Amino acid sequence: MSVSELQFQAGSVEAAPEQAIEGRSQWQLTWRRLRHDKMAVASVIVILLMTVLALIAPLIASLLHHPVDVAYPNTGLSAAGLPLSPGTHGFPLGTDYVGRDLLVRILYGARISLFVGLVTTAIATVAGVTIGMVAGYFGGWIDTVLARFIDAVLAFPVVVIALALAARFSPSLTIIIGVISFFSWAAISRIVRGQTLSLKEKEYIEAARSLGAGPWRIMFLDIMPNLMGPVIVLATLSIPQAIVFEATLSFLGIGIQAPTASWGNILAEAQNFYQEAWWYVVFPAAALLITTLAFNLLGDGIRDAMDPRTERIFNARTDRKNRKNSRSRAGLADPGSPLAATTDGS
Amino acid sequence: MLGFIRFLIRRIIGGIVVLWIVDSLTFFLFFSRPVILVARELAGRTATPQVLQEVVRNLGLNQPIMVQYWRFFDRLIHFWRSDALGESFFSQESVKTLLAQDLPITASVVVGGVVLWLIVGLGVGIISATRPRSLFDRLSTVGVLAGLSMPVFVLGELLILLVFLPLNENGVTWIATGYVGLSQGIVPWLGHMILPWITLATVQAAIYTRLSRGSLLDTLGEDYIRTARAKGLSERRVIYRHGVRAALTPVVSQLGVDIGALLGGVIVVEEVFSLPGLGAQSVTAIDNGDLPVIIGFVLVAAAFVVIANIIVDAAYALLDPRVRIS
Repeated sequence: MSVSELQFQAGSVEAAPEQAIEGRSQWQLTWRRLRHDKMAVASVIVILLMTVLALIAPLIASLLHHPVDVAYPNTGLSAAGLPLSPGTHGFPLGTDYVGRDLLVRILYGARISLFVGLVTTAIATVAGVTIGMVAGYFGGWIDTVLARFIDAVLAFPVVVIALALAARFSPSLTIIIGVISFFSWAAISRIVRGQTLSLKEKEYIEAARSLGAGPWRIMFLDIMPNLMGPVIVLATLSIPQAIVFEATLSFLGIGIQAPTASWGNILAEAQNFYQEAWWYVVFPAAALLITTLAFNLLGDGIRDAMDPRTERIFNARTDRKNRKNSRSRAGLADPGSPLAATTDGS
Repeated sequence: MLGFIRFLIRRIIGGIVVLWIVDSLTFFLFFSRPVILVARELAGRTATPQVLQEVVRNLGLNQPIMVQYWRFFDRLIHFWRSDALGESFFSQESVKTLLAQDLPITASVVVGGVVLWLIVGLGVGIISATRPRSLFDRLSTVGVLAGLSMPVFVLGELLILLVFLPLNENGVTWIATGYVGLSQGIVPWLGHMILPWITLATVQAAIYTRLSRGSLLDTLGEDYIRTARAKGLSERRVIYRHGVRAALTPVVSQLGVDIGALLGGVIVVEEVFSLPGLGAQSVTAIDNGDLPVIIGFVLVAAAFVVIANIIVDAAYALLDPRVRIS
């Protein structure tokens, strides 16, 4: 525990609640805290905006009269045959090396990135939670084998394996989603396994068992709901990782193949035009960075909102808020935390 | 010490088993397919039927898979021979020679990058943890988040666009892309390596800053730190002797996990900065469909990960005596 948290606790003790506090569920509390987290709210807005733009990409393409795969060698390239700068000839963000509309290609890239990010995270979360719970709950040799396997997957040189698979099978969206999912579940599994190990010793599991509940019922109905907090955080943080992963594979030429647009392969093409066309690098890079940063900020925000004790990324922000709202915050404390115990006792 | 040696021997044997498994998987991944498909990939896209026949005959692709597996392993076990990894169909050179040529370049990237990454990651983490919520701490936490969200190749491209090109246009030619060997002098070598190092280190350092900051903050809250302070030790001694040493163990164990990621980062960095190292060559090999080189690279990469993991484990055991016993 850090000095800051001690100060925080001391502050809450002084500002003990004066009136009775109505009961709120953990989810209500989390939602409340999250709603007041400006960074998290801004991230959600950015993510929604990006999603909407990705969904209406074909509409924007038809409004601009620039289909994604159509090159405009006459209007889309300069006299020297180089990409056009932003705003010329009706290309808002300029064009790429064969004269395609860069904006439209970036928006189509967003479709790939978000799709890969969400699908792989969904697969990785389901697999990760199931494997982690099985390892943690059953223990014994099952746990030994699964835990070793999880460690092995975490230590795999991912890009090297992807290179090998790309050489063996021809790269496709399915292969990419398969590879990324395969390397994403292990991190979730490791945390879930640890949580399950401690949860299964709790009295309510004992109670469920003595009532005759089987292991699967206990795992999915009694243990899983209590895992949802960390799992949601991990899943949110695994989306940007998957997006970066896909972009990296596409950049290396072993992911999404041209002419399908992906942020990674746009940036790979842009490599030959550093000097002539800065926008060719900057705009797709910005789209990628903004998206991953938003998911990372949201994940951090959810983590903070779940557990008021966690070390915060933006200390300054929360610290100010702690002081301002110390009274209401004390009442909002997680019932399981030592913080709640201190406030109750005072 | 005897316990440590025993620990080391156990880890080395474990490492050999892992390598055997990885090599077998690689073999079956590529060779358990119809003969003609394998032959076509080994011979390249432009091969004529005659060449294909020759490849099948020379490599014994018609033989039962277990016989081929045995021969594959027999070559690998004699890794000091020049044909241990076969021949590139593309340049007809021994894959081992090809990879050995590229190794110094990759080693330059890895060693410099890792040193920079650990210095920056641990340094910033320790300073942030000892001055929580100072301006430095706040800036570093923002930097960490940006670093975490930054794909290696994007950072590399932005560095080329925003640092390398403006400098070059203004006559500063010391910083350059491509590769110049150490034999050309240490200064030009540094100039070619500095941007790749920064690229590789920044992204990785972010994780380590966060980890070492959190770990040190936890450690500094422990009772024995209060005891050390109460004894009247200087703050410097408390932090560096008592705090940092204990806080380092989770960082070192994370290091083992990140070696694979590091290798991925190296491939991307070589590609971005046109360094003809192992990673960039293997990407080229994929474009050429040069299967022997790809297989060779996968095997070398696996060996690197296993060896690096043993070194990390050894360091961990030296730092934390409890590991040796269990």
